Amino acid sequence: MATTPADNGYTSSADLGPATALTCRECGHSRELGPYYACEQCFGPLEISYDFGGVTRESIEAGPRNIWRYRGLLPVPSNVAETPNTEPGLTRLVRADQLAESLGLQRLWVKDDSGNPTHSFKDRVVAVALAAARELGFKVLACPSTGNLANAVAAAAARAGIRSAVFVPSDLEAQKIITTAVYGGLFVTVDGNYDDVNRLASEIAGEEEDWAFVNVNVRPYYAEGSKTLGYEIAEQLGWRLPDQIVIPVASGSQLTKIDKAFQELIKLGLVEDRPYRVFGAQAAGCDPVAAAFKAGHDVVRPVKPSTIAKSLAIGNPADGPYVLDVVRRTGGAVEDVTDEQVVEGIRLLAATEGIFGETAGGVTVATLRKLVEAGALDPSAETVIINSGDGLKTLDAVSSQVAPSANIPPSLDAFRAAGLA
Amino acid sequence: MSTVSVRIPTILRSLTGGESEVKAEGATLRAVVADLDANHPGIAARVLDDNGKIRRFVNVYVGDEDVRFAEGLDTPTPEGTQVSIIPAVAGG
Repeated sequence: MATTPADNGYTSSADLGPATALTCRECGHSRELGPYYACEQCFGPLEISYDFGGVTRESIEAGPRNIWRYRGLLPVPSNVAETPNTEPGLTRLVRADQLAESLGLQRLWVKDDSGNPTHSFKDRVVAVALAAARELGFKVLACPSTGNLANAVAAAAARAGIRSAVFVPSDLEAQKIITTAVYGGLFVTVDGNYDDVNRLASEIAGEEEDWAFVNVNVRPYYAEGSKTLGYEIAEQLGWRLPDQIVIPVASGSQLTKIDKAFQELIKLGLVEDRPYRVFGAQAAGCDPVAAAFKAGHDVVRPVKPSTIAKSLAIGNPADGPYVLDVVRRTGGAVEDVTDEQVVEGIRLLAATEGIFGETAGGVTVATLRKLVEAGALDPSAETVIINSGDGLKTLDAVSSQVAPSANIPPSLDAFRAAGLA
Repeated sequence: MSTVSVRIPTILRSLTGGESEVKAEGATLRAVVADLDANHPGIAARVLDDNGKIRRFVNVYVGDEDVRFAEGLDTPTPEGTQVSIIPAVAGG
């Protein structure tokens, strides 16, 4: 059936809060808000433009203890907190003195986003996508996913009482299959890698006009949810920006949106305008952005991923070029680490700070270490790293590496005899 | 000369009279795009940049293969091939 972009029944009565328009990042062509994601002129990504009103530190601090305290900076209606949603955000910013000491850093913080309702940062972006999708007239919440997003979409749709449709590569970690399937909803495993699933989702989105693929046809709205990571870091540091931040890179959206959040806070006068450096972290088995950075290229050449860090295994990253822009503008870098280093990173974070991160967290810790050792990152400057998900979802990565210290009979004599004290 | 089927993304369907799939002829992707443009004027300018290369934010598949992994616009398009033009801004 023939469709046009607004055939999903969208009318311009949508309440998208401070959002005013969709503007192409490539050619600057602007259009009205609606269920659009690619520029009509050049296929470039559409970015939300805003007219922020009187957002102050006080107005934010008086808000709910979740991402909706920043609703005045997001493309969502002002009553967004009143409709059923998973209420993500305001996760811990952990002062990581022992990890800092082991790496030779002076002051280090871990933004631990495993504390979200489905245990990854994806709850943030999905909550914003759900709110926008409702306003835009969509009926089904859908996604292609490497796993974390699958969990978040299935849970958010269940909570909102709407249908979900989730597509994942069939070789996903067993934990992520179970933690999606449990929520019910349509859940399809696809014999292909993430980029194959992504392509399929893009084609389905062109046919099923009521389906909001959060990271495809609702992506301009969805991606804005990652700004809340940046807002929270600044607020939790006492309304200031860190000197350096290390962020995992899959599509690259999270990194670019944290930078966008910092820039917005500066423009709104909510934090001091001071320089900060943004670093990207990738796995060597899927390093298209790191490779482009190191080669001095503006264009990201797609790769076929092969890494245990499956949540970062996007071989054709949509925001790769913009990651390069941010990293180069701020004087940062993009580095990549081997799977062996990823496992070491997971264990180091767990052993020093009691935080069990997923493989993406291992990539970030290992990249931090590599950047410090290479002298690319200033060890005396305040640094924040992102742990984007929970180690319980990627148990296979460490299952052969860790084990109990001993097995003994239930007697004090046996305990003493084993020399365990 | 081979005939192929081309899937058209939503934002180009204003150029194909709303059709989501059209036929085109050509032995390579370059010839297919030229034939598409002859029948649906304007398509080539939307898919290709000023230098005649596939735009940064357009993915083109011949069968299951992203043509960036194949021979780009010189990728052969045998009789009956499925070609898909898809916005690249997706995922993650």
